[in-house]
Amino acid sequence: MPAVQETVDRVRQIDVDQYKYGFVTDIESEKAPKGLNEDTVRFISAKKNEPQWMLDWRLEAFRRWQTMREPTWARVHYPKIDYQDAYYYSAPKAFKAPKSLADVDPELLRTYEKLGIPLKEQEILAGVRKQSEPSTLDGDMLEGMRSSGRVAVDAVFDSVSVATTFKEELKRAGVIFMPMSEAVREHPDLIKKYLGSVVPTSDNFFATLNSAVFSDGSFVYVPEGVRCPMELSTYFRINEQNTGQFERTLIIAEKGAYVSYLEGCTAPMRDENQLHAAVVELVALDDAEIKYSTVQNWYPGDAEGKGGIYNFVTKRGDCRGKNSKISWTQVETGSAITWKYPSCILRGDGSRGEFYSIAISNGRQQVDSGTKMIHLGKNTVSRIISKGISAGHSQNTYRGLVTAHRRATGARNFTNCDSLLIGDKCGAHTVPYMEAKNSSAVFEHEASTSKISEDMLFYCQSRGMSAEEATALVVNGFVKDVLQQLPMEFAVEAQKLISISLEGSVG
Amino acid sequence: MADVTPIKTPAEQALAAAYDGARGRLPGQGAIASLRENAFKRFDAQGLPHRRVEEWKYTDLRTLLRDALPLATPPDAQAKATATGSGAVFASLNPRKLVFVDGAFVPEMSDLTPEAGLTIGSMAEALLKGDALVAVHLGKTFESDDAALALNTAMMGDGAVIRIAAGTALARPLQLVNFTATETSNYTRSLIVVEKGAKAVIAETHDGCAAQVNTALELVVGDEAQVDYFKIVATRGIHVGSLLMSVGRNARFDTFVLNQEVGIVRNQSFVRFAGEHSTGAIRGVNLLRGEEHVDNTLLIEHAAAHCAGREQFKSVLDGESHSVFQGKIVVKPGAQKTDSKMMTRALLLSDKAEADNKPELEIFADDVVCGHGATAGALDPTLKFYLMSRGIDEAQAETLLIQAFIGETVEEIPHEGFRDAVMAAALAWLETREVKP
Repeated sequence: MPAVQETVDRVRQIDVDQYKYGFVTDIESEKAPKGLNEDTVRFISAKKNEPQWMLDWRLEAFRRWQTMREPTWARVHYPKIDYQDAYYYSAPKAFKAPKSLADVDPELLRTYEKLGIPLKEQEILAGVRKQSEPSTLDGDMLEGMRSSGRVAVDAVFDSVSVATTFKEELKRAGVIFMPMSEAVREHPDLIKKYLGSVVPTSDNFFATLNSAVFSDGSFVYVPEGVRCPMELSTYFRINEQNTGQFERTLIIAEKGAYVSYLEGCTAPMRDENQLHAAVVELVALDDAEIKYSTVQNWYPGDAEGKGGIYNFVTKRGDCRGKNSKISWTQVETGSAITWKYPSCILRGDGSRGEFYSIAISNGRQQVDSGTKMIHLGKNTVSRIISKGISAGHSQNTYRGLVTAHRRATGARNFTNCDSLLIGDKCGAHTVPYMEAKNSSAVFEHEASTSKISEDMLFYCQSRGMSAEEATALVVNGFVKDVLQQLPMEFAVEAQKLISISLEGSVG
Repeated sequence: MADVTPIKTPAEQALAAAYDGARGRLPGQGAIASLRENAFKRFDAQGLPHRRVEEWKYTDLRTLLRDALPLATPPDAQAKATATGSGAVFASLNPRKLVFVDGAFVPEMSDLTPEAGLTIGSMAEALLKGDALVAVHLGKTFESDDAALALNTAMMGDGAVIRIAAGTALARPLQLVNFTATETSNYTRSLIVVEKGAKAVIAETHDGCAAQVNTALELVVGDEAQVDYFKIVATRGIHVGSLLMSVGRNARFDTFVLNQEVGIVRNQSFVRFAGEHSTGAIRGVNLLRGEEHVDNTLLIEHAAAHCAGREQFKSVLDGESHSVFQGKIVVKPGAQKTDSKMMTRALLLSDKAEADNKPELEIFADDVVCGHGATAGALDPTLKFYLMSRGIDEAQAETLLIQAFIGETVEEIPHEGFRDAVMAAALAWLETREVKP
């Protein structure tokens, strides 16, 4: 079984320290003064050359945020965050919006090269290497994406977007793919119409904070009837010490449009915790489809739980049009704390929401993640497949809501959430909420928790596999349903991540 | 961003006044009095449970309990007379009845003929006298900060104190008959200790007029003991019942609750598997219509290894009724080889009914098999069509399908007599159901 051998080899390659993206890029940066007040918000807005309406929007969010309380209902425990003891904006110094890659600081390019992010599209376009050939670039994060060479990337470094690739080709198709800060200036009508229409500024503590201080992120607009010619991707990197990253992503698929979007993230290894509070909004109009995939690999902290990213993310998709579809796929392996519930509002009749998730926790990680499927339209369908794997001393919670409102006749949901425990020091929890408010709604939910079956392991080992190989095989089988939903290039990467996260958990 | 202290509702103010007024008269001194005092402080700090309290998310007592009714006074002869037919649902089983009218024990209506190994007393008396059994167990079977339970502890008036000695197998089922003759509020608290190897069948019925009842039962299941427990709530008004259970080693228990013809009901069960190799089942059926509201909330704690738990709840909802199921299974570190399955299903017969299900798993041990399932939906039209194609009219076809739906759970009741009695009660409900064409 070659795939399994590959997985196991990969596990072996890794030293005691599992996290391989933990290097720090030594680059001079410009930061906003430490702390958070209205001036910080004005500073960020000014840095981004934003129009007055955007600043007003931010300030309103900030004032509201001051009246809100941090939520405590999730099963995550962390010392109180001092919001005044962090930087809310950090950008590589002497940073000007680059016109082409040639303008980008070579140090930055090297960072992304190390991470294996294909910013150097020229390399492929110029025919320097064929797609199938191994790259000259170092590192192997998102290797699959690179080798396919057909992924447009927006790279976000701390608070700014450093480069966006394939802009020209996308433009020809009519697709807008650019950093949020540019979109605010270039497409104010679209931003005004859609920003905050799915996740309002008053939504929750972290989303409101994001609305006040968001720095960058991606903006995607796919016009009517267009099938986006390639996968779009954003790669987030937190580099600077003590800096929060607050990105904001907005994806709009007009009638009949299709887009598939991937995001990846990493951060250096640092002893203190860093805050990441993102907001992602998706809008799908009639017959449109958005596929959103995440491979989240923020620094999870060390074995004793020191350091790591606090990941408080609000992601929500609005199936606004008839027969629209939004599909979330996530592979969560990083972050010290994950607080994330990608949701679908099934507003349009016949719309469809899907959520596929693999959440893996090891060490002292705490994951509280799940989804919300809100059925408002008639004949709406949702499907939830969640696989949680806990190892080490970690806690892994699935928390999900499925609700069908009075008028959502014919609503249909299927939920399956399974948990796997590896070791006896970890915890796996399931908290599903199901609210049926009309008789034609049909909800089915099933969940199970178990440890890796000794019978299965024994069987595999009796065929000559080592304990590690056998575990990797069983785990891969366990998460197969979800991996199948990932874009092909990503699935390969995700499979590797799984083996990395489980390293050290056998025995 | 300071914490907000909500204004006390009129009901909360009335409850505080009731406690103040009754404090001097409530039975028990010393330790009991301070138990009450601490419990009331806990209640007062939290107020009536509301939707922001996760365990009460779907049953907002702060909104539902608009006014607190006055505390019941001891029943007079007329009140007692109206209670004679109460709890007749189990008459065919010839149970030993212990009758409570408006929360007060009525010895003359109860069957107190002596039986070897069985001790029966009144809680009010036990609290007054400082009963040893009460001192050992009261408030310790399952400790919880729940506000409704705290209110019960603060206000507990009467109830039963029953001890079934080691090795005793009771000849007849015990039935706690609770009848409300007046529209008042009462707080009963009972303690039943089933000692090692003893066997008991216990039933609890609640009927009468629309009162406000907050009742709690502490049930201690000793090592190797076997307990069957049934509860039927058939009363308008507001009923909040807490079942606190602690289960020893190699024990077996089966509980079942039936709610029909009710007002607002909250049944909360707190069960701890404290000894290894025990098995237990918690089941229930709700038959609801009109604006009835039933909330079954479970907290099952597996604190010992090798135990098996089965939970199954079914709701049939018509009219604008509302059913809530919240089941939380907690597997503590070290409770290896736990085998736990939870299933909840709702059958919605009306577009205005609502079923909320929240089955939760919280697992801290790796060698376990735990699962839960939940479904909600309407009657399957193809099944109905099949029955009608065989010449069965629509009403009867629906009745048959509903009967099959709840039958799945009722059939699991191990005690034959209770199984039949529960099914008969369910069928009576189905007979009176109006079928919309």
